Amino acid sequence: MLHPVPTLKESPSQTAGPYVHIGMTPNFCDLPGVYAADMGSTMINGDVEGERITLSIRLIDGAGVPLSDGLVEIWQADASGSFVSPTAPNSNSVPAFTGWGRQASDANGVTVFETIKPGRVAGPDGKPMAPHVSLWIVARGINIGLQTRLYFEDEDNEGDFVLNKIMDKRRRQTLIARKDGARRYHLDIHLQGEKETVFFDI
Amino acid sequence: MSGIILPGADGVLYQRDRAWHPAADTPGYKSTTFRAPKHSLLALGPTKSEMTGPTFGHEKLGPLDNDLIRNFSQDGTEAIGQRMIVYGQVLDENARAVPGTLVEFWQANAGGRYRHKKEAYLAALDPNFAGFGRAVTDENGFYSFRTVKPGAYPWPNGGNDWRPAHIHFSVFGHAFAQRLITQMYFEGDPMIWQCPIVATINDKAAIDQLTARLDRHNTTPMDALAYRFDIVLRGRRSTMFENKLEGN
Repeated sequence: MLHPVPTLKESPSQTAGPYVHIGMTPNFCDLPGVYAADMGSTMINGDVEGERITLSIRLIDGAGVPLSDGLVEIWQADASGSFVSPTAPNSNSVPAFTGWGRQASDANGVTVFETIKPGRVAGPDGKPMAPHVSLWIVARGINIGLQTRLYFEDEDNEGDFVLNKIMDKRRRQTLIARKDGARRYHLDIHLQGEKETVFFDI
Repeated sequence: MSGIILPGADGVLYQRDRAWHPAADTPGYKSTTFRAPKHSLLALGPTKSEMTGPTFGHEKLGPLDNDLIRNFSQDGTEAIGQRMIVYGQVLDENARAVPGTLVEFWQANAGGRYRHKKEAYLAALDPNFAGFGRAVTDENGFYSFRTVKPGAYPWPNGGNDWRPAHIHFSVFGHAFAQRLITQMYFEGDPMIWQCPIVATINDKAAIDQLTARLDRHNTTPMDALAYRFDIVLRGRRSTMFENKLEGN
């Protein structure tokens, strides 16, 4: 089956720059009054099945310095392994669980997400992938958004389609968040260096 | 958001042409030095996790969200600067319109000053201009907003580097793997060719794609000029359905 040859080129990426917060988290950078709330700041609206968890994700550069000007978006399945979207674009109802979150990093390079633990999603090989959250990271000095995943250390990650693609098994650990208290997980994202996180070309 | 699956929503995306996009490590733009991964990216076959993505209904947008001239006005006074309409179509690589997708934008004021607590440029703030907005594309993929033309501004990179006038854009598309942030420049601006951030892109045609065109036909006479800026997201082919074997 032939598919049409693409006729256009994708718009090239540029850095989000140091003032990304003006456009994407204005309330976070002391610009209230235009948007009622920053988009993605709340992922749970009402009763949602599943275990409520807190994810803290810290961004660290190649010199070991936390990124105080980064921004992270996450996208994940709900507790049953289903994605909220795509949805009818003009629907008026807000989903109880949006699956999507956006947070700016603080002075310590940390972003915090209040969400639920995702269920298993079928992988391309037909087997369920281990529970994971997809990440997209932008900041000053990042020319094109970095894509990676967060897995959980207290889940069975054996046989995961994506983790198994990482030939150097030691590097698989860079995607696995450690349990950091009750219902709390932490992951350090190293942009560069000895502990460099595995980033994807999706 | 009712969970209706759009046709082709889990179709495979065309591979990103990373030679067309900027590389991660571009020494002329100094901030990339410690923020560029050194390992190769891991090529990942598409999975449902990245072929889906969030969508945003019109209901969340306020009436002034796409009017930067008025959305931060303190007392009805409008922002100072060269008034303009920025509009365009969001398409995919197959030249199909991308309807119902969120487009966000942010910029400096007419003097090149950002309203951000970490910004210390001496050009004055405009009390009636915040510099951000958003829109959802219509059924044909079009978005538009009103604003004032941003000024150029200096930045600490080289000893005397200035950004060309630009507006930052964030676009979602329908898959998390289509997520894109870019910058729009203005036709004819000589500073485009001196900017280390623009120069992270190797191909002149790719830079040209980020350069908005003056569009006299869509100006508002005696009010605002118009610039057209189309945005192209990654194309995808559809999964073949039993009732539509040819795909689409």
